[in-house]
Parts: sequence; C-alpha cells; structure tokens
Amino acid sequence: MTDATAGASTAQPRTRTSTSLLTPDSRTRRRNAAERRFKIYGLIAVSIGLLFLVLLLSTIIFNGLRGFQQTFVTVNVELLEEKLDKNGNRDPADLRKVSTFGYAPLIDAALESKLETLGLENPFAKASDLRKMLSAGAPAQVRDFVLENPDRIGETVTFRMLASSRVDGYLKGRVTRESIERDKNLDAAHLDLVDVMRESGTVRKSFNWDFILGADASESRPESAGIGVAMIGSFYMMLVVLGLSLPIGVAASIYLEEFAPKNRITDFIEVNISNLAAVPSIVFGILGLAVFIQFAHLPQSAPLVGGLVLTLMTLPTIIIATRASLKAVSPSIREAALGVGASRMQAVFHHVLPLAAPGILTGTIIGLAQALGETAPLLLIGMVGFIASNYPESIVDGFMSPNSAMPAQIFEWAKRADPAYYERAWGGIIILLCFLVVMNAIAIILRRRFERRW
Amino acid sequence: MPLIWLLAAILALALVGYVLGRVRAKAQAKGDIRDLHSLPVYYGTNAALATMVPALLLIVVWLLVQPLIINGQVLSMIPESAIPEGGSLGLVMSDVRRVADGLDIAVEQGAMTVEQAASIRTEFTDVRERLGAVGVALGSNVEPEVLLAAQRYRVLSATGNLMMTIAALLLAVGGFLLALRMTHRDFRARNVVERAVLMLLIGAASIAILTTIGILFSLIFNTVEFFRLYPAAEFFFGSTWAPSFSGRGGGSELGVLPLLWGTLYISIVALAVAVPIGLFAAIYLSEYAPPVVRSVAKPLIEVLAGIPTIVYGLFALLTVGPLLVEVFGEGGFLGVGWMQGGTAVMTAGLVMGIMLIPFVSSLSDDIINAVPQAMRDGSLGLGATPSETIRQVVLPAALPGIVGAILLAASRAIGETMIVVLGAGAAARLSLNPFEAMTTVTAKIVSQLTGDSDFASPEALVAFALGITLFVITLGLNVLALYIVRKYREQYE
Repeated sequence: MTDATAGASTAQPRTRTSTSLLTPDSRTRRRNAAERRFKIYGLIAVSIGLLFLVLLLSTIIFNGLRGFQQTFVTVNVELLEEKLDKNGNRDPADLRKVSTFGYAPLIDAALESKLETLGLENPFAKASDLRKMLSAGAPAQVRDFVLENPDRIGETVTFRMLASSRVDGYLKGRVTRESIERDKNLDAAHLDLVDVMRESGTVRKSFNWDFILGADASESRPESAGIGVAMIGSFYMMLVVLGLSLPIGVAASIYLEEFAPKNRITDFIEVNISNLAAVPSIVFGILGLAVFIQFAHLPQSAPLVGGLVLTLMTLPTIIIATRASLKAVSPSIREAALGVGASRMQAVFHHVLPLAAPGILTGTIIGLAQALGETAPLLLIGMVGFIASNYPESIVDGFMSPNSAMPAQIFEWAKRADPAYYERAWGGIIILLCFLVVMNAIAIILRRRFERRW
Repeated sequence: MPLIWLLAAILALALVGYVLGRVRAKAQAKGDIRDLHSLPVYYGTNAALATMVPALLLIVVWLLVQPLIINGQVLSMIPESAIPEGGSLGLVMSDVRRVADGLDIAVEQGAMTVEQAASIRTEFTDVRERLGAVGVALGSNVEPEVLLAAQRYRVLSATGNLMMTIAALLLAVGGFLLALRMTHRDFRARNVVERAVLMLLIGAASIAILTTIGILFSLIFNTVEFFRLYPAAEFFFGSTWAPSFSGRGGGSELGVLPLLWGTLYISIVALAVAVPIGLFAAIYLSEYAPPVVRSVAKPLIEVLAGIPTIVYGLFALLTVGPLLVEVFGEGGFLGVGWMQGGTAVMTAGLVMGIMLIPFVSSLSDDIINAVPQAMRDGSLGLGATPSETIRQVVLPAALPGIVGAILLAASRAIGETMIVVLGAGAAARLSLNPFEAMTTVTAKIVSQLTGDSDFASPEALVAFALGITLFVITLGLNVLALYIVRKYREQYE
C-alpha cells in the first residue's frame, strides 16, 4: 500500500495525460514556441544577409551613378591671333611657346562676354576669379585644340569645358552655399552666376565618357579624372594571367588527376595547392616584390609583374576547378579510348580534355574575375593609382611600362581628401562590378549550356 | 640580338623542324604511313621539341645565373672607399646598374656613340648631366669607380648575352639536326614525345611547390635580414609600434603586439557578426526553406563572397563609418560620444563580418547536408521537433565541420587587407574600446612597403617579418581546419 501511494505521488507526468490531445498542454506549447522561434531566427539570418546585399548594391548604385555625370560649361572662345601667334606664320614651334598661362586671359574674356549676353555683371574684381568656375584643365584644353588646328586661330570657337569640381558638386547637391563659406576655391557669387547660366543652358550636366575612357588626374582636378588607363592596365594584366594560368593550371591538373602515382610527393603537391588557395593575397604581393622586383629586376609597377603575381594567386583556383571537371568525365570514355588502342596520353588529350573543357573554362573565368578585383598585392608591387596618367604607346609598352589597375585606382581615389573623388570611386566600382557580372554570367552560361551529366 | 628575336628564331626553327620531321617520316614510309611506328605528327612534334626545349631551358638557366656571376665580378672592382657613409654594397650595385642602363639608353637614342659610352670618364664629362639629358635621373654625382664598374658591367653583359645567343642557337640547331637524323621508320617517336609531354606536365604541377618555396624564401631571407638590424625579442614582445618616418636614423619601435591585437580584435568582431548569421542562415536554408526560397536565397548570399574586397573597404570607409559615428559618436543618436572618427575596429569588423557570411553559410550548409538523413528521421520519429533535432542531433554531428568552417573564416579575416586599410584606421594601439581606430598586420605591411623605400632599412624589412607572422598564423589555421574537416568526414563514409 505504502509503495503504491508513493508511486502515485511521484508519477507527476501522469497529470498530463488527463487532458485531450487536441488542446496542447503548456509543455507542448513551449516546445512549439521554441520551434517557431528557431525557425524565425533562421529566417531573420537569411533576411539580414540579403538585406546587406541590397544595402551594399543600392549604396554603390546610388553613390556611383553620379560619377558618370559631369557638369560642362559651353563657352565661345575667341582665339586672338595677337595672343597666340604673334608672328602670324602658324609655325608649330612658335605656337608651342605660348604656355597655358597665355590662354587663360582668352578664357576669362570668353566668360565675361558670356555673362554680358546673359545680362549679368562680373561680380569679381579680378577677371581671373571668374575662371574658378571652370576646371583648371580648361586652358590646356584650348591649347591642345589650337596646336592641333592652327588654321582656326582668329576665329571664335565653341568649347565644351569641364566645370570645376565645386560647381559640379553644387549641381549634384554635394556642395551648398553654407559648405563653401570657408572654401577659397569658390564663392557664393559664383553659385549665383551658375544658377542663371544653368537656366540658359550654358551650364549643363551630361554623360561623361572621359570618366570611363580617360586617365587619372592630379589631386586638385577631380572633375577630369577617369578610369580608362587603369582599365587598360587591368586588361594587360588579365592577358598575362589568362596566358599563363590556363595552360599551367590545366597541365598541372592533368598530371595530378590522370598520371600522378599515389605517393608522398603527389600528396605533398596536393596539400600544397589547397594551402596556397588559402594564403592571404597580400603574401603573394610580398612574394612578387621579393622575387620579381628585388631578385629578377623586372620593372616596378608593370602590368607584367602584376599579372605574374595574380597568376600565382589564381593557379590554385583553376587547378581545383579543372581537377573537378576532369574527375567528372566518366571513366568509360577513358576505357573506350584505351580499348581501341589509344595511349593514355592520347586518351586524355583527345577525349577527356575536350569533354572537360566547359568546366575548365568556367573555373578559369571565375579565377580571372577573382584576380580582376584583387587590390592588395598590386599595391606592394607599385601599381598604385596615381601612376595611371598616360596611355601605353604600344603593346610591349602596355606590358612593361608603369600602370595601375581598376581596383588600385579606386583605392587611390578613396584615399584622396577631396569628397569629389568619392563619387568617382563609387563609379569606378560600378564599372568593375559590370566586368565581374559579365564574366560570371559567361561562366554560368557556359556551365548551363555545355555541362554534361554521365 | 634582343631576347625576343632569339626566342622568335628558335620558335621559327622549331616550326620548320615540325614540318620537316613530318615530311621526312612520310618519305621514309614511302607514302604509306602504316609502315611507321607512330603517326607522322609525332615525328614532327619530336623534331620541334628537340629544337625548342633544350635551347629554352639553356636561356632560362643562363638568365638566372649570368647576373650572379657579373655581380660578383663587378663588385670586386668596387673598393671599400667607394661605399658612402651608411650605405651598403647593394646600393652601390644598384647605382652601377642604373648608370649602365642609362648608358644603354643614351646609345640607343643616339646621344652617345658606342665608343663614347665605353670610354667616357667622370674626370672629363659630367655623366649625370649627360644621362639626365636622355631621361635617366641619377640621385647623386657618379663616382669614378661606379662609372668604371658600370662600363665593365656593360661589357660583361654584352659578351654574356652574345655567348648566350650563340649557345642557344647552336643547341637549337643541334637538336634540330639530331631529331631529323633520328627520324626513321622504326623510331618510336610517340613514346619519346609522350615522355617529354609528361615531363612538361610534371613541371607545371611543381610550380605550386615552387610558389610555396618562393614565398618561404622571400619571407625568411628578408626576415633574417630584419632581425640582424632589429632585435627579435623586441619585435615579438614590444608593445609599441612607432616607426620613424625619416628612413635611416633608427629610433623606430617595431613591436608586433599592438598589430596582432588589432588583427585579433577586428577578426573577433567580424566572426561575432558572421558566425551567428551565417550559421542560422545555413540551418534555415538546408532544413526549413522551401526549394524555391533556397534556390534564390543561396546564390544571392553567395554573391556577397564574389564582391571584391575593395568594394567592402569603400563601403566601410564611406558608408558604415559615418553611420556608426552618427549613432555612437559625439552628439550622435545615442549621445554617448564613444567614437571619434569613422575608422574604427567596429567599422572594419562589421563590414568584414558581412563579407564572411557566405563563407560560413555555404561551408556549414554543405556540412549540414552531409549529415545522414537517417539520423534526422530517427530523432523526428522519437517525437522531437525539427528544432530539437537540429540542436541535439544534426549540429553535434556536424560540429567538427562547422568548427572547421569557422576556422577557415577566421583565417580569411586575419589575412584580409583592403577592408582594414580603409576601415580600421592607421593608429596602432592596445585598447579595449571597439570604437577606437586600430590597425592590423596586413594594413601595416601595405603601409611599410608602398612608396619608394629602400629595402635596407628596418622600417621596410619589418614588413617581411610581419608577412611571415601572418603566413604562419593563417597556415596554422588552415591546416587545423582541414585536419578537423577531414577527420569528421571519415566518420560517415
């Protein structure tokens, strides 16, 4: 009896069974709530990830699209003969003697006459103060035009000149009257003029091809900086990477996958490759600096050296992808080839490799995309942004002469003090991402179209 | 003859060898190629390879060895007295090389005749000015010894290049003739060619090893050099990082501890962001999400891994940093004033965390999927809810793999450069405040090695010591992660 009562009193869970299955008790409710919570945590985590992606992309697009627009001022400059060609003989050597300082007064006069036609007065004591509205490169633009077309001297020519970065910022909302109060580069009076000139269409924002195709400019002229030369540098680097990493990577994978005997050395190579894939990129930069520049005396900042460094960096990626696609080719193909009398080498090169080619190309493109966005190793071998100010003259020059690359150029702009450079950095990122999207899209299409399942 | 023409000549000869080898083999078989041991292509390829490979190998070896020999010969010409105060033999040598290059350019542009370049003396001509006129800027006036050495250098390189050209051409022609002579009906051309191709494949595979050796050598040599100039104990245990910017003159304190702390702190913040988000995302996507959601969300999250790090760096510097200042800064949203500037541990850590989410999530996703379905079914059959199954069955089974994934993410965080260069600031300090600017090993490697510093000063060489520290840490983490992952995989196979 005592046993039974003791048993009944300790059998606490018994009380649960008294309720119906259809009405969940408190413990079930707790467990179900925990289940729901857990699921919601997961959902939140996924949404945060996606939110970050959306945030990142919208920031890039929102800030970067402004970089493609630039403010231009249309000015009619009278190319006075007595200023530009005193002897009147149009001798190029004589024309060259007139420096940009000689052209500045012409632009001042042109701006003043422009104001007159708009019914405005020059609010500044000095005529040259008016020129602050324009980019510091404006006289050089006129000079280049004159040197190219000496026969136009004496005429009035219409120029579309870059406005200074402050005026550009005013049209884009970055610069306001308050923010330039202590700025010696521009006054509020300039902005009043800009307001009128904008209504008359003299000052206009339009698409700026020079941002995509042009060269980097000095720190004080953000309005004329472009990413074009760095793009060429990146292009030559990618040529080197493609030309070296594809054959070497494919050859190495064929050996490891098809011919290598299972032994210590092969194991060592495999471990080595998987470790190299995880070495920080900056270590490859140190390697490039020490081996290619310090030891082999290759030229500093050359796309060739950058390409070599990036080749070593992308090789593991390509080898891993190539081995995977070689492995995916069905063994029956090899056996059939061997069966009809092909040597092992013939079986691989004539049958396995063509079937694995789409996978290899996909891996290569992804490796190239990775290399295209890499910055840190390039900084160590001297491919910093401000070098990208001249177009290469020839193909050899493109490989050997100092240049930069797109990501290094973006980094350079991000470091500069003038906020006008930030929109260019974002704009550069849009261009870089466009390249990456195109490359990855090609890789995906290749995989979709040519992938074969065995 | 410039190198490129030499290469072109050898390639042209190889092409001729290919054609002639084929023709000769066919002629041997009297038009019926069934009489040959191999296909005609192999005879051609054999001739081409025999022409090309030995000559190219010779050129590569020659180019590597010749500078060493010439340097040795030229260095012996420079007396002790020609080495400036505080300079080194290496600096004088680079002067010699620059003067020699300058003379080459001067001759090329026609500013000097060949005889002039070989005979000018500092006593009679201002070499610096003459070279400056052709666009070669020299740092100081040219010492007579340096000029003599440079002229000797030019003579030696010229003879060396000439000898290399002759030797390479002889070797190419020799291989060409030998291969054509060997081309015979019974010659086993395919076997020879296949062995050569196999050698090329092995050579390509060993480039991975060469890269590792290159990394190790370049790091170790320069690090040893650094420790000769700066005590190792102070580098590893010094708590101040204050390189002097004057270059030589010493007075730099190069302790690695503040940098390591900055690296560690930023990585911890990054992992604190990435691990929970990545892990929960992986669990949701592999266990709960309907197939449609999974097929959309998974690739989208992986896009985060494909974005270049410079983009994240810019995002940290221009968007996240100012945003954090508005919340935590002086007069900000919270009014706490913890944060002075936009660059801080928190800025870099948060952004790096975003970058690492896909690493953690896709690696964990693979591992969770690898847990056998039978284990889930057993747990669910006993009445556990899905979340209880995940927490008590799936995660413990997947734990080693997840730890491996987290370690890989950590190694990624420690080696990350652009985000910290732009987002973390430049001040090296030992502090606990995550809203303060700190710096990392990678950021300092970049700042010590960019710009034209010479490689003789401890301020530049320290970057190699930092590099080897970084290399050892990341390698250790990778090896550990791979070891854990591999051990785990063996359980279910």
